Amino acid sequence: MTDVILEVRDITKTFPGVKALDAVSFDIRPGEVHALVGENGAGKSTLMKTLAGLHQPDGGEILYMGKPITVAGPLEARQEGILLIHQELSLSPELSVAENIYLGAWPTNRFGVLKKRELRQNSAKALKALGCGFGPDVRVGTLSVAMQQMVEIARAEAFRANVVIFDEPTASLTDNEKDQLFQTIRNLKSKGVGIVYISHKMDEIFDITDRITVLRDGQVQGTVDTAGTDLNQITRMMIGRTLDNYFVKAKAEFGEEVLRVEGLSNKGLFRDVSFSVRQGEVLGLYGLVGAGRSEVVETIFGVRKADGGKLWWNGAEIPLPTPRQSIDMGMALVPESRKEQGLVLMMGGRENTSLPHLQLFSSGSIMDKKKELETYRKYQEALAIKTTGPDQAVSQLSGGNQQKFVLAKWLCANPKLIILDEPTRGIDVGSKSAIHELIAELAEKGLAVIVISSEMPEVLGVSHRVLTMSEGAVVAAFEGDGLTEENLIDAVSHQPASVAAE
Amino acid sequence: MQDALKGLLRRHGLIVAFMVFLAGVALNTDAFLSAGNILDVLRQVSITGMMAVGVTFVVLTGRLDLSVGSMLTLLTVIVVDQHNQSGPLMAMIITLAAGCALGAINGVLVGYIGLNSLIVTLAMLSFLQGLVLFYSGGSNVNITNAQDTWFAVFGRASLFGIPVPVVMFLAAAAVAAFVLKFTTFGRQIYGVGGNETASVFSGIDSRRAVFWTYVISGLTTGLAAIIMGSRVMGAQNTIGQGYELTVLAGIILGGTSLLGGSGSIGRTVLGIAMLGFIQNGLLLLGFPYYVQWLVTWAVIIIAVWIDLGAKRGRIFA
Repeated sequence: MTDVILEVRDITKTFPGVKALDAVSFDIRPGEVHALVGENGAGKSTLMKTLAGLHQPDGGEILYMGKPITVAGPLEARQEGILLIHQELSLSPELSVAENIYLGAWPTNRFGVLKKRELRQNSAKALKALGCGFGPDVRVGTLSVAMQQMVEIARAEAFRANVVIFDEPTASLTDNEKDQLFQTIRNLKSKGVGIVYISHKMDEIFDITDRITVLRDGQVQGTVDTAGTDLNQITRMMIGRTLDNYFVKAKAEFGEEVLRVEGLSNKGLFRDVSFSVRQGEVLGLYGLVGAGRSEVVETIFGVRKADGGKLWWNGAEIPLPTPRQSIDMGMALVPESRKEQGLVLMMGGRENTSLPHLQLFSSGSIMDKKKELETYRKYQEALAIKTTGPDQAVSQLSGGNQQKFVLAKWLCANPKLIILDEPTRGIDVGSKSAIHELIAELAEKGLAVIVISSEMPEVLGVSHRVLTMSEGAVVAAFEGDGLTEENLIDAVSHQPASVAAE
Repeated sequence: MQDALKGLLRRHGLIVAFMVFLAGVALNTDAFLSAGNILDVLRQVSITGMMAVGVTFVVLTGRLDLSVGSMLTLLTVIVVDQHNQSGPLMAMIITLAAGCALGAINGVLVGYIGLNSLIVTLAMLSFLQGLVLFYSGGSNVNITNAQDTWFAVFGRASLFGIPVPVVMFLAAAAVAAFVLKFTTFGRQIYGVGGNETASVFSGIDSRRAVFWTYVISGLTTGLAAIIMGSRVMGAQNTIGQGYELTVLAGIILGGTSLLGGSGSIGRTVLGIAMLGFIQNGLLLLGFPYYVQWLVTWAVIIIAVWIDLGAKRGRIFA
């Protein structure tokens, strides 16, 4: 009589200086999808890593099928039937699908030689059960992100997992791929697998889960039935207050044109992109992942070299700039990936803030550390960034606080145009609405703003005008009453004729 | 109390271990901690130290420079040969210029063209070995008027009791430390080493920054060659052999990360000095000369291991 597969009792985990988990208890039943939500730093990932054997708890116990167990490592967890599907996929791109499914636990004979046929057959069976359209011999590196995720899920079949943990599984999936993933999750569920689902995306949580457990500051705030709750209650539990007014749109008062591009092209990425943006205007760029949005703004900023196109800045045509020239003109780019492109993680907030504008914080090449520190303090306070000090490595901060430092490093030089590429991806609800408010505030101060987002409510909520991109081309533009979900979906689901013909 | 000790070991395990070693040698020998011996050690490490100061710039960007050993050989041959032909001042100018030029070649290949630094500087190491033999014709060179040239100052003289090469090494280290800590160029180097992509997104010309680190590395190797030529008053075709590894050993032992972005000149000076004292201590304890080769890298492996263990909280935990 086990109506609970896995139970966590009073788990505590302390890292130097932080109590990541404080007497956390929760349980997973067979055939349910159990959501785990909370702001960044609430302890979700730590809890999951503890279940998957990547961390050892300091206290408390884990009961599996009613018996206490210790999970020594990820391989042991997998053998037991507990599978963690990482946010960043943990596959080896050079190996085949079959080899990846059994990564680290390959079937071998007694001489240690790989049993290839068994490996292939079992993998093929697992892939078939999931309805995957590819075979076990394909090299993983050639698969799309969504397909790679299916390879990870195939492990659940292959190892007959009883518990599967998904950590932000839809972060880089298109809507279509997401639907497929949800089908797969429902499929696992019907087989009696217990599923833990971690996500920041509330619509997904309400779509697919049966129960929701909310974590805050390492403590469980409560577990509720999904059917008996609503977004407001969950948000309140997560942040301890309600968020009214999720989106604030800046007043539509536009000034001079700041940036205009015409016929911008970059071979294989996008072609013939033209648009302009004015002072005080928030221009949204919407499209599916891979539509070429980030590449367009990176080319304008000068990080990528264009193959053709013209650019006007404040009404004057100029050659396509280098990043240095862009910054000096007053352009700012908050890039898509804050860890890879946005911040030097081992530096503190102070050094990250000044990095793009070293000439402003120095005289005769000698750094003016006092000015640097003053600027750091100003923005740390204005954006309410939580740190222990100016030199605390930003790698130790939560995603939301990191993103605020990326904003600080651009705002401190008073840009005229700020481009925000997925500014709220992977950050908590509180920081998210702070960034939305900031976007409106900046536009009202007369900045031109370009926002790229894959979240439709966000792009509709903050923008005055939205361009939709599909397969490397701008396919439509909407403003005013045209800003509806239906229009955007319709626009991005049609292939542009010119590109499709290639 | 116990916790405090653990914390100390975790943060400074390497230095504590080194102190224990120093104490051990000092208790067993009379000469070890004498002023004379300490200055001797510092003089011995001044050449590798001078080179390490420049190579630290390269390593901080997350790259390597293995060419400095044979570059030292070539530049020492040049300074000695040119001393005979053009006089000491011209010889020094030519040597430093040649060092910068060779560094610039590395810098173009690694920085601007973007080739792998290990491959480029290994190729340079081999290429310069060949160039030495071509330049010298295979024979050793010696300074002809060794007894009466002011060039002897750099290797042999003292300033207020401190050997000139030591003064040069520490002065170069001080300038380098200032550049890294207080200038925009220094900040760019830490930025590029810490996250090159983010630095490019911040408008930093990473190719240019990398280029200049190799020029600096060539310059300090030129300065080291001046000390070497002055001390030996001559140059063999193998005089700098293996120096690239000693330099790298000192940098790693000091705790500068080979991945870039973390480390400092202070750490390099410490690492180089520790290597010097370990080798000196072993000699004073009566071990044969070659034991230092057995010990040096073993010490480095252990040091890196302790460091990693401390970061993961497994050792001394």
